[in-house]
Order: sequence, then C-alpha cells, then structure tokens
Amino acid sequence: MSEASVRPAKDVRDTQLDAAELHARLARTWGSGRGLLAALSTVDHKIIGRRYIVTAFLFLFLAGLSAVAMRLQLARPESALMGPDLYNQLFTMHGTTMMFLFAVPVMEAFAVYLVPLMVGTRNIAFPRLNAFSYYVYVFGGLMLWVAFALNIGPDTGWFAYVPLSGPENSPGKRVDFWAQMITFTEVAALAVSVEIITTVFKQRAPGMTLDRLPLSVWTQLVTAFVVIFAMPAVMLASTMLILDRLVETHFFNPAEGGDALLWQHMFWFFGHPEVYIIFLPATGFVSSIVVTFSRRPMFGYLPMVLSVISVGFLSFGLWVHHMFTAGVPQLGASFFTGASMLIAIPNGVQIFCWIATLWDGKPVFRTPLLFALGFIVIFVIGGLTGVMVASVPIDTQVHDTYFVVAHFHYVLIGGAVFPLLGAVYYWFPKLTGRMMSERLGTWHFWLAFVSFNVAFFPMHILGLQGMPRRVYAYQAEMGWGPLNLLVTIGAAFFFLSFVLFLWNAVTSLRAGAPAGDNPWDAGTLEWATSSPPSPQNFDRIPFVTHREPLWAQRDALTVVAGLAVDHREVLVTSVTEARPDLRETSPAPSIWPFVSAIAVGATFIASIFTPWGVVWGAAPVGVALICWFWPKGAPEDEE
Amino acid sequence: MRSPRHAVVVAASLALAGCEGWQSSLDPKGPHASAIHDLFWFFTAVCALVWALVVLALAWALWRRRGLRPDPLSIQGGRERRLTIVVSTLVALTGVTLIGLTIASYASQRRLFGPQEARLTIRITGHQWWWDAVYEDPDPQRTFSTANEIHVPVNQPVLLKLEASDVIHSLWVPSLAGKQDLIPGRQNLLTIQADRAGVYRGQCAEFCGWQHAHMGFLVVAQPQQDFDAWRNQQIVARAPPDDELRKQGEGVFLSSTCVTCHTVRGAGAGGRVGPDLTHVGGRQYIAAGALRMSAEALAAWIVDPQGVKPGVHMPATPLRPDQVQPLAAYLEGLK
Amino acid sequence: MTRGALMLLCASLLVGACERERREFRRDPVVASDEDKITMSSISPGGGQPAAQSSARAKEFENNAYHVSQGKKYYTWFNCNGCHSNGGGGSGPPLMDDTWIYGGSMENIVRTIKEGRPNGMPSFRDRIPDDQIWELAAYVRSMGRAIPQDVAPGRNDDMHPRPAENRQPYVTPIPGGSTPPSGLAPQ
Repeated sequence: MSEASVRPAKDVRDTQLDAAELHARLARTWGSGRGLLAALSTVDHKIIGRRYIVTAFLFLFLAGLSAVAMRLQLARPESALMGPDLYNQLFTMHGTTMMFLFAVPVMEAFAVYLVPLMVGTRNIAFPRLNAFSYYVYVFGGLMLWVAFALNIGPDTGWFAYVPLSGPENSPGKRVDFWAQMITFTEVAALAVSVEIITTVFKQRAPGMTLDRLPLSVWTQLVTAFVVIFAMPAVMLASTMLILDRLVETHFFNPAEGGDALLWQHMFWFFGHPEVYIIFLPATGFVSSIVVTFSRRPMFGYLPMVLSVISVGFLSFGLWVHHMFTAGVPQLGASFFTGASMLIAIPNGVQIFCWIATLWDGKPVFRTPLLFALGFIVIFVIGGLTGVMVASVPIDTQVHDTYFVVAHFHYVLIGGAVFPLLGAVYYWFPKLTGRMMSERLGTWHFWLAFVSFNVAFFPMHILGLQGMPRRVYAYQAEMGWGPLNLLVTIGAAFFFLSFVLFLWNAVTSLRAGAPAGDNPWDAGTLEWATSSPPSPQNFDRIPFVTHREPLWAQRDALTVVAGLAVDHREVLVTSVTEARPDLRETSPAPSIWPFVSAIAVGATFIASIFTPWGVVWGAAPVGVALICWFWPKGAPEDEE
Repeated sequence: MRSPRHAVVVAASLALAGCEGWQSSLDPKGPHASAIHDLFWFFTAVCALVWALVVLALAWALWRRRGLRPDPLSIQGGRERRLTIVVSTLVALTGVTLIGLTIASYASQRRLFGPQEARLTIRITGHQWWWDAVYEDPDPQRTFSTANEIHVPVNQPVLLKLEASDVIHSLWVPSLAGKQDLIPGRQNLLTIQADRAGVYRGQCAEFCGWQHAHMGFLVVAQPQQDFDAWRNQQIVARAPPDDELRKQGEGVFLSSTCVTCHTVRGAGAGGRVGPDLTHVGGRQYIAAGALRMSAEALAAWIVDPQGVKPGVHMPATPLRPDQVQPLAAYLEGLK
Repeated sequence: MTRGALMLLCASLLVGACERERREFRRDPVVASDEDKITMSSISPGGGQPAAQSSARAKEFENNAYHVSQGKKYYTWFNCNGCHSNGGGGSGPPLMDDTWIYGGSMENIVRTIKEGRPNGMPSFRDRIPDDQIWELAAYVRSMGRAIPQDVAPGRNDDMHPRPAENRQPYVTPIPGGSTPPSGLAPQ
C-alpha cells in the first residue's frame, strides 16, 4: 500500500506525463465508452446525475400536468369535468410524484452530480451502487405511472392513511402499487445517501478540512443522514401496509390489536423530516448562489453549518404536528408545538446570514440570484404560516384545509423549487458548457413569481372560509367559486412559466453562448474544471487552502500528484482534516447494477401479486448480485 | 309540531345559506371558535410584521449604496463584527417572538381543551359518507338517533363523542370549533358551543374516499325551549301518514329495498346501515348536505344516488315511476 | 431481452388491470336491464346438472375488485351472515366450501338470491337491486375462492374467524350436496 512499495512497470503515475497527454490518458481510463451496453454500464457520477436530473424533471412535468387537471376541475363549483375516482387518483399521483419521484430524487440528483466535483474527487463513492439506485428509481417511477395509465393509479392520497388504504376500503391493487413504489424510491434514496456520506467524509481533496467544506455540500451531507434515519420508517410502514393487504396481518386493525394511528405516526416520522430532506439541499443551492452573486464569502459560515445540523436533528421532533386533530394527549401536542416553533430559529439564522451576505457584498442581478431572492420572499411566508399551524388551537381550524395546502406549497415551491430553478440556471453552464438565456430567464422568474402568488395566496383565504383539502367538488352555495377560479388561472400561468423554462433549457442547450470553465467567477471547486467536465473531473486533484479556493488562488490551484493514470484511482483522505490516507481503486463500469435493478424491480412488482414473488425473485437478485460483486482483484489487493 | 320560533330559525338559516360565514373560521359564532379566531389574528399580525421587516431588510441589503469590491475576499473586520452583533440581536428577537407566540398558543390551548361541563352528550359516528348522531340520555327511552343534522341549545357546551365505523373522518364546524378526527377503534371528544341561534355548516375534513367532498353536516343552534321541543318530537316515532299518497308511499318504502338499510321508527323499518329516516322530512338537507330537502330532491336521490354522489354505497332502487312520487311524498312528510 | 420481458409484464397488466380496477358506480342502464336469460338449475337439490354457463355480465362482476368488495359490504349490511355466518354456515349452508347445492356459477347464485330456495332461503327479488345481487354473488364466489386471487377481497378491520378471501386456497366448485341444514332441523 505504501508509496514506497515497488510498483509494477505498467503503473503509470501522473508525475510522468505532461498536461495534454495526462488529460487524454485519464479521459480514456475514466471514460464510459460508446454503445447501448456502455450507456447502461456507466458508473460516471456526472452521466448518472444528469440522467437523474432529467428524469426528475420529467416527473415534475407529469405531476404538474395532473395539478393543472385538478385545478380545471375545481375552477367552478360542482364541475362535471371528472368524477371523484379520477380526481382522487390525480391528487394522489400529484402528491406522490412530487414528493417521491421529483423533490427527493432531484435534490439527490444534484448531490450525485455536484458533490464529487465540489469536494474535488474523480467519482462518487460506490459508483455502481449509484447506477443501481438510478435504475431502481426509474423503474419505481415508471411502474407507478404505467399503473396510473392502466387505471391502477393509487387513489388514497400521498399519505395513504389506513383504514382507507387498508384491505377493506381499497379493493384491487392500486394501493399495493403505491406501497411498492415507496419501496423502490426509498431503496434508491438510501443508496444515494450512503454514497454522499462516504464521498464527503473520505474523498475530499487534500486540505479541504470540514470547515472548508462548501455549504452546499454540508446541506447534502446532513440531508443524507436525515434520509438514512427517516426513510426506513416509511419503508417499514408501507411494508406493513402491503402485508395487511396481501397476507392478512393486523398491524393497522384495531379489532385484532393493531392501531390505525400507528400508520400516521410512522408515516409522519418520515413525512416531516421529508420536508427538510427537500428543503436543506435547496438552502445549499441558495448559499452557493448568494455567495457567488454577492461577490463575498458567506457571512456566518459556522452558524450556517450549525443551523443546518440542528435543523436536521429538530426535523425528527415535529411529526406529531401533522396529527394535532387525531386526539393526541394535549401535553404531548404541546411538546410538538414547542419543537415546531424552535425550528424557526435555525431557519431564521440562515435567512439573516443570507441577507447579511447580500448587504455586505455587491449583488450581481442574474437569473440565479433572482430565484434565490424570490425564494426568500416566498419561503418566509411559508415559514411563518408554519409557525401558525404549529399552534394547536390554530391548527384545529386550518388543518386539512386549503390553508395548509397554501402553506406547504409556499414552503415546498418557495423553499425548494425556486432555489432548484436558480440552481439549474446557475449550474447549467457547468453541466452543458452553455449559458441559459438571461432574457428568457428574467421573464421566467417574473412569470413564475407572480403566477405562483396568484395561484397559491388565495388558498389561504379559501381554507379559512372552510374549504377542506382533497375535495373533488364543492357546492356553489359555499361561495368559494370566484377565488377558486382565480387560483386556477394562476396555476395555468405557473404551468406556463415551466414551459418557458423548458423552452429556455432546450434552446440554450442547442445554441446557448459557450460558457467557459467559470462563467460566474465563482469560488468553489466545481468551477475549476472544464464545462462540461471531462470523465476524470480533474486532471490533477487540487490541494485546497481556502473555503473559496478559486477566489484565493486566482492563477493556478495547488495540486497533488502521484495518482495512477492507467486505472481508476481515487485519493482517500481523513474524515476531519482531509489528510491524504491512501489511494483506492474506484470500480469500473459494469452492466450488473442494471441487471440487479431489473431483478429487484421484478421481485418488487411480483410481490404485489403473490407473496411467493419474494421467494422466486430472490434467485435472479442473488445471481445478479454475485456477478456484480465477483472479485476481480484490484491492484491494491494484489500488492 | 314546530314552534313559530323554530320556523323563524329555519327561514333565517335558509336566507343565510350561501352567505359568507355559515362555514367559515373567519366568522366565529361560539366561544371556542372565537378564541381560536383571536389567536389566529394575533399570530397573523405578528407574522405579517416579521415578513414585512424581512422583505424590507432584504430590499435595503440589495439596493443600498456601496463602494467597489474588487476582491471578493476583502473583508473588513470591524464591519464583520457589527454585522455579527446585528444578526445575533435579530436571532435573539426571533427567539423572544417565538416564545411569546408559544405562550399565547399554550394559554389558548389550555382554555380550549381544559375540563368542561356539558349537559348534553351526542355520540357521532362517521360513515362513508354521512354522520350518525345519537343523543345520549340516562333514560334509554329518551335516546334517539338522527343523521347529518344536529340541534343544540344555544349558550350551552355540548359534548360530542366521536367514533368512526369504517375509515377516518374529521368533524369540522368552523364557525363553532376546530376539527377533531373520528378514528376507528377510538373515541375522541369535542366540545362545541354556539353563542347565537343559527344554522352552522360543517364538513368532513379528513379524506375518506369518493364522496369526501359531499359529507356535510348541519348544526342548528336553538333557544333552550325550542331545542327541548325538537328533542321531544324526535324521540317519538313517526306519525302515521294521513293522506292516501303518503300511505301508499309507506307501502312502497316497506316493500322495497329501502327497508333493508333504513329505520323509520313506528313503521316497522329497522335497517341500521343508512341514516335513520324517522324524521327525515324535518331536516334541511338530504344525502349529507348534497341536496336541499324537497320531494323532488328525494325522488332524484332515490332513483339515481350514483348520479348525485358517485361512489356512494346506497344503490339505485328499482322503482316504477308511479312508486317514486308517493315514496318521496311519504319521506318528505316525515317531519 | 430484459426490456422485452418488462414490456410483456406491462402488457399482461394491461389485460388484467382494466377489468379488475374499474370503478363503475353507475352501470349503463341498457346493460343493467338485461334480464338473465339462462335457465338455471332445477329448484330441488341434487337433481340434474345446473347450467354452469357464464355470461359476460358474470365476468364483469366477478373480475372486478370494486364489485366484489361492495358485495362484501352488502353481505354484512343485508345480514346474510344471519344464516350463513361468515361463510361457515349456520341455519343456512356454508358458502366457503366447494359444494354448491344449486350450482356455483354466478348465474346460479344470482338466481338463488333472487328467487329463494326451499327450506329457508327467502327471495330477495325487489328487496335488493339487481346489480347488488350480482355483487353479492361475486363476493359469495370469492368466499370459496372461485374468483381470481387478485380480485378477492383482503381482510376486514374486525375480528377474524377465518382467513380472508384472498388467502383461501383456490377451489373448483362442485355442484350437488345435501339439503340445507335448516331443512333437517325440527320445525
């Protein structure tokens, strides 16, 4: 292992080559090759991350379309456009797709793409697991939407409360497909989290101590931990649900010692951290954008990091505020009121630090910054209505009404989608090598900002006027017609803004201005390589001396040397100080993650129809995993 | 027999229907809803102020005059310290505000959910998609069942015992109180009180399947003596039909599907699956708030329930046209 | 190859799913008024083979999870278990075994419910609407698992005297069997 050990003659090191030769040979070593098989075998985090992003946005459009369909139905009282059966499927598909197939995966997609670049390594840790997670996610999403197309779309809401989703009240296979989709996407999310944690802890460029870690990476790190602790709860819950439905267990049957509220506890024990799983990475995007465009390092880096970590912890202490009307004891409910109020403090710290950074810096108004500012304006409304629903008495009035619908759309669209759109404008040049149109971007921002508020602000009032959620119709005499029409108009324009965004992305991809390595003059490592980055990410691994390395060393970065060129080798560093520990071989492309994902997917789907699916499915899964992990002998093992 | 005042209440309620406020938390008509309403506006005022300050601070941060910054890394120590003080103060202020809001919330919660005396207890069972209400009384003779419309005396707390027979529902009458879930296998309690006579509409607030949207509920608040009159009238069995058409209608009722699921006390119909129809003609709505009570609405509902509320568990009853009119007249006459 | 398999799987779902998952709240009146034309078994038990012919209407009900689950609700609501218990039989014959005194096809069961049978089974003609009788019949068939497993209902949220319908082993209905117990009981 040691540097001093005798090397085989074949082992070419980067010290032996000049820049051009090094670049070419590294690109050959780390490249993915051509052809369908190579495309399915690739383990390059950038290719997989890009696919992840595109897939997640496809699901965003599908879920957005279902939202528009719902709004058309609600535009006027007792509309005959659709019946309750289709409407219930639509709102379930909307919620499920947005939460499980768009919001969480898209944040992880950005992590998969950006984290290795930001920490200065050549590939993500466990790259084959990464490929596997993507395919599992795609199969889960496809399964759900194919099921919907076949009229097996789940119809019990994205929260699927028992007993409504239980065997007695939801006949057929609709809920089983929903429950199994959860399993798919959670397997994918857990896999990505493990990769992110390992990459951040062990593969940072030398010198990138934990206090030089970009805030974006910190948020992804904390999110990964939250995923690991939160997601098993919902996987367990959905597995119990499917067992109740298929093999007659009694987890949720009060008559046989089960409990209907158990589902809610388990679901929200995941469901509340879920909000922060979506929101925390978005705050990371905002931090990156604010720093770059205010031309100043982050004010209050340490408080920001501590806020992110404390939000991660506190997010597990809030779940009962989704159940204040379910008859929980008042003392218990008070605890969760307190915790829900408390989480406003770390979030407040973040908001104040962003504003302070902007105040002291010199803001450059480009599209990404516009979205970050829109985020602050909208998200603060959502956060403050969040403080309102944290109060038990207020919650008993607004819970399960359109007030809450408005609240969480302000939080999730304001708090996650706006930063995400900003992030797309910000990193699009890095991903594609081309700039997005600034003019269309400005239009897009203002259209989105105004139409969002037109669509969602009136919902607060509707909720207070007594309009419950998840209703497919309402009577004319309730007087909710005009505001609902306004909401529908706003929603239509909000959807249009996404069409504009898509148009901008597609045309810029073809004919955008060439970006260069660092078009925004940003300070973090992902801008130190070419746009789009070559397969090896960096020809030479940088040595980090500052939190904003590209601002500290404007001419040329200090680099480390001594890594192999002819096989995939990454530098493993220590957890806190990022001191170089050892050189480790990174796995080469393999088709087996893809095959394993198919085997796993087939097993999951078969188990919807018969419990024997698990038994039969175990064989192909086992074979695929054996082939995947068949020892081939890494160079360091043979030394 | 209805008292004249009762008729006035009903007439007033019909006038009120459709107006702002008969199902609105912004228009409280009872002490519980008023307390929440006050708390809500207190929170709203504080939160609106906070939001305005944040946006002002942001605007100032963006558009204040400032000098050039050639090097992004040039940071002045003094300014950094001042900013630290400002931000720390703001965070502390946030904490103080939140503590204030939390205390206000706790105080209100204590008032609302503390022990309360109630002389009247109604057990409400949620079904897909209607409400069964049983007025409890120590004397079993005085216990009776009605559906989708409860009457309560004004200025008196009424205890609702909430249960569910199939899935989770949530009882919500915004003008009187916050909502409370009805959960299978449990019993939740909710106290409501109306300060003024009137009709207040409620609705199921927890998603419960296809007809969640049409699971309405009326609370009719009446002066004590009207309430007592109503209650005594509900306890007795149905009055025998007094004209030929209605007699014929009762015959149809007893010889068709209806009797399998519905009760009409005194007529020999004892089905316990659907709402008790003994005094259905006295209610303002049928089908859990979906249709205003009238013979025509009853006929439409009986002949084609799936057209009115798709997915409802009540099947379409095969009746000859000459059976429908007497049946509807009979039901409408069950005051 | 693997993709082909996936496509095949999806295609097979397409065939199976549409029928199973449809929620037809309000059937087409023309179809609904279609009176069953098939002659059923003789009124007395044991004699002759009942017609086991299966019409399109029978398929429509017994392959549809919604109809079967509605049938399960009505089974309790209309007090079928007063005589047949949870399928094990009481004063009426058991319904979860494989023996069908008056024939085990949908049409046979529908006719039995509609017209009644000697020794205690009343006629429910005009007491239960047609469609609901078909739903009940589909559910009754599911008690003996004579319908596909993915259509049969799961457990209810109550106490369980026997395995849920979707956990029963599949049985092929056998026509025949003895007179119902109430016929033997002393009057």
